Amino acid sequence: METGAQDGSSGYSTMDDYESLISTTDAELLKRAWQNEKAAPQILRFEAALIQRSREQIKLMEETVGEFTRNGIDPLTVSLYQMDLDRTVFLLRSYLRTRLQKIEKYVFHIQKTAELWNRLSRQEKRFAERCIEDMEKHLDQSVLSKLPSSYKSHLKQSSSSEEDDMVPEPRLDTYVICRSKRFLGAFQLDDRQFPVNIEADDLYALPYKSIKPLVETGQIDLV
Amino acid sequence: MASQADAHAATFSAAELEFLAEDELIEIVPNMRMDPLNLICGDFGPFRPQIATQVPVWLAVALKRRGKCTIRPPDWMSVEKLTQVLEAERDAEKFQPLPFHYVEISRLLFDHARDDIPDIYMVRSLIEDIKDVRFHKIGTGLEIISRERTYALRLKNLSAMEANIVRPFVTRALQTFYKLNSPDMIQESDSVSNRQPQTANRGPRRQLKDR
Repeated sequence: METGAQDGSSGYSTMDDYESLISTTDAELLKRAWQNEKAAPQILRFEAALIQRSREQIKLMEETVGEFTRNGIDPLTVSLYQMDLDRTVFLLRSYLRTRLQKIEKYVFHIQKTAELWNRLSRQEKRFAERCIEDMEKHLDQSVLSKLPSSYKSHLKQSSSSEEDDMVPEPRLDTYVICRSKRFLGAFQLDDRQFPVNIEADDLYALPYKSIKPLVETGQIDLV
Repeated sequence: MASQADAHAATFSAAELEFLAEDELIEIVPNMRMDPLNLICGDFGPFRPQIATQVPVWLAVALKRRGKCTIRPPDWMSVEKLTQVLEAERDAEKFQPLPFHYVEISRLLFDHARDDIPDIYMVRSLIEDIKDVRFHKIGTGLEIISRERTYALRLKNLSAMEANIVRPFVTRALQTFYKLNSPDMIQESDSVSNRQPQTANRGPRRQLKDR
C-alpha cells in the first residue's frame, strides 16, 4: 500500500515500481485500502497520507463542480464530475466507517495493544476513548456495580482471572481470500505446513495470521 | 457484544462488487463532442463523434443512459468466445479464465446497453450457462475440502462474485480444519483408539487443489 515504492519493504523490483507508477492513482489506492480494511479481521494502519490527499482531491473537485455550475458548463459534464466525486466520497466514507465499526467492536483490545492503538488516527483515538468511557459506564451502571467486589472488572470475569478474559478480540486465524499482483514464490503458511506457492493474480484462501505481514506491507491484497 | 458469527458474513455486498466492477475500462463510441474529463479516478476523453475511446463502465453507462454513446461489448462477450468458454468449462475440471468481474459487467451491459450487444439472447443464455456450470463446479469442489484435509485453497480463475459467494462457507470450513489439525487436537484424537482410520490423510499431501 506504499505510494513511493522506495519506502516499501524489500522484495520490490524495478519492474514493480514501474508497474505501480503507471497503474496506481490515489483512487486506486483508496479502493485497495477500503477492500483490505473491509476484509481484514483486525484493524489496519490508518492510511493517513492517502486519506489526506483524498480529502483534498474531494474538496478540490467539489469546488470545481460548484464553479462549473455557476459558469453554466454543460450539465452533462457537470453530472459526470459529480458522479466521479460521489464515488470517491463513498469509498472514503465507507473506509472510515468500517474502521469505526472495528474500533467499536474491539475497543478494549485495541486500547491495551500498543501496536493496534498506534494504527488509529488522532480522531479515531478520540473516538475510541469516548467509546471506552461510555462502555465502561454502561457496563458498570447496568451490571457490574451490582455484583460482588471481585466481579466488578469490565475486563475480567472475576478477580481470580489471570488475563483479561472478557475482552473481545478479532480472530486472526480467520481465513481470508487474497490476491497478489506478483509472484511471491513459496510461502510458508506456518511451521507445520508445506510452503504454498503464491502466483500472481490468483486467488487464495489462507489464514489471515499467516499473510498478515504481506497485507501490512501491501504485497498482497485482500478481496 | 461482538459475536464471532458476523465476522463470517459476506465481506462485500453485491452492490459493492458492482461498484468495484464499474471501474473496469470499456470501449465506447460517443455521438457527441465533449472535452476531456479530468476525474479523480483518471483522465478520459476527449470525446469525438464516431471515435472510440476507453472509459470506466460507470461512465459508459451514464453516457449510454443519456443516449450519448454506444458501448462496444468486450471481446469475451461475443457468442463465439463464450461458446468456446462454455465448452471448455464443461469439458475441463478447471475453471476457464474470464474477467474477474464478468458477472457484474455482463449484468450491467444487459441492463443498460441491450441494443449494443449483438445476439443478446444468445450471449445472455451463454453467460447464464457458464455461470451455472461454474457454480456447479464450485459445489463439487467444496466436497473435496470436506473429503481431504485442506489448509490453503487456490481459487484459480474464480471471479469476484463467485469468490464472494463461497467465502462464508469456505473460510469457515478451512478454519475449522485448521483448528482440528492443531497439534493438541491431534494428540487428543490419536488417543481415541476406535477412530476412523484417517491416518492416510494426515500425510504430507499439502499440494493445493486447483479449484
